[in-house]
Amino acid sequence: MAVAGIDIGSQSTKVVILEGDRILAAVTLKTGESGESEARQAMEEALRGARLKLEDMKSVVSTGIGRMSVPFARKQRSIVGCLARGAYFLYPQARTVLDAGADSFTAIRLSADGTVEDSAINNRCAANVGVFLDTMSRMLRIPLAELGAESLKATSAETISSTCAVFAESEVVSIVHRDPPVPIANILAGIHESMVNRLFGLAHRVGMQSEVVMSGGVSKNIGIIRAMEAKLGKPVLVPEDPQIVGALGAALVAQRVGATC
Amino acid sequence: MLTMGIDIGSRSAQCVIFEDGQLLTYGNIETGPESAKTAYAAVDAAVHRRCELWGENRMQMPDVKTDHLRIEDMDSIVSTGYGRVVVPFAHASVTEISCHGRGAHWLVPGVSTVLDMGGQDCKAIRVNERGGVTDFVINDKCAAGTGRFLEIIADALNVPLFEIGELSLESTKDISFSAVCTVFVKSEAVALMKQGVSKPDILAGLHGAITKRVVTLLKRVGIEEKFVITGGIGKNVGVVAKIGEQLGGIEITIPAEPQIAGAVGAALFASDRIKKKPAITTL
Repeated sequence: MAVAGIDIGSQSTKVVILEGDRILAAVTLKTGESGESEARQAMEEALRGARLKLEDMKSVVSTGIGRMSVPFARKQRSIVGCLARGAYFLYPQARTVLDAGADSFTAIRLSADGTVEDSAINNRCAANVGVFLDTMSRMLRIPLAELGAESLKATSAETISSTCAVFAESEVVSIVHRDPPVPIANILAGIHESMVNRLFGLAHRVGMQSEVVMSGGVSKNIGIIRAMEAKLGKPVLVPEDPQIVGALGAALVAQRVGATC
Repeated sequence: MLTMGIDIGSRSAQCVIFEDGQLLTYGNIETGPESAKTAYAAVDAAVHRRCELWGENRMQMPDVKTDHLRIEDMDSIVSTGYGRVVVPFAHASVTEISCHGRGAHWLVPGVSTVLDMGGQDCKAIRVNERGGVTDFVINDKCAAGTGRFLEIIADALNVPLFEIGELSLESTKDISFSAVCTVFVKSEAVALMKQGVSKPDILAGLHGAITKRVVTLLKRVGIEEKFVITGGIGKNVGVVAKIGEQLGGIEITIPAEPQIAGAVGAALFASDRIKKKPAITTL
């Protein structure tokens, strides 16, 4: 019997419908003002994709910052547990999960059996999360989805010294206007590198063990992944759709809670 | 003897000219993209007694003409602030911590604790009875608690920067913000506005949020009277009122021109340089 996991993040809402080991449908929508209507909308879309109805779900579990605003969820679970489950399901060899989302960054260390050994989260500073890339994309007039590929053209990475997203924005403005002009790709590579340096600092607190899985919307940025790999000195595992890992984890939880409820 | 202090900050620049230890004239302008040009413009503002930011000059100055003064007339010039190394005509430069301590001590004799809230940083400074710095902490890494934060908020709420302080005093309801980061607080503020929360209430909440950060900084150096607030945020009555609430009972002194403290300190250091030179005695 199928189950659903729903992850309401600050910027996007994700739904995964799972049957056994098979993902029947996965949907990602932008989160708006009220979490509830987006939750319903994303759920309906996912159900349509899976050709199922809400009544067909054995259980629904919600996670993420907006997990309390899902009236049709039977249980709520923390995002750390769901990310761990989702990543371990996709990659049983995963020992570290780095989730880089729009408003937060989470680092998780897993044991060999997939249980959470340690975790650290930054949701207080915008400098190393997705909204920062969003701001940079708007400022440099390069679509968010193209930042990564564009940055790979860099000949060298420009140094961004500011820690704060607000100050980094001014710093990037001054670099853009420098004479002779700095190639945009080099600026982007610098932005990615400075972000990865900060992510690495937090990830280090939980101890990074191979293999490392990166999830969250920011992980769609190939520039970030390459910069992280350079810093780690080894490859990083990135799921085909890195954004749905939390929702997948919630669905995996739903498979279990359904039996007891 | 004419001495000049020039403070090139991240958002504003001030120039102060002293004649024999007395304030002769000063000016205050917005920092431009080129620091050297900003430095010349600040001198021009000083000799013409012009304050481009937050209205007119508020301090008493001797009733003499100053617009004929030129840089070459100065016996000593000291620069300070974040752009201090790019003032082409300065004879020396001194860090803004030392200058703010010394300047605050000159503006408010007997000062013990200085809180300088500038455009892109915030410093808590302890000074001794001579205006020398004994301890300080600075936040220049995060925009929360700086003028930049207020600028972004004023912009988001569409209220002129110099009006947000007054407006926040009309607040009738307590709003507390959970985020610290300027970027997140801005989204929270915009969301509250969409919910129909009044601008004064949002502004009061925001002033409270940045005050918490500033007070933490202050506590690290210890607060003792006299307590002076310098820097542009000293002109925001809303922030000053919130700091007063949170410090409970400690009297706050705001100089008539809180923004010129750094430049005043620099001008005083410029005077020292002359005094230290071996005196040329003519018999």
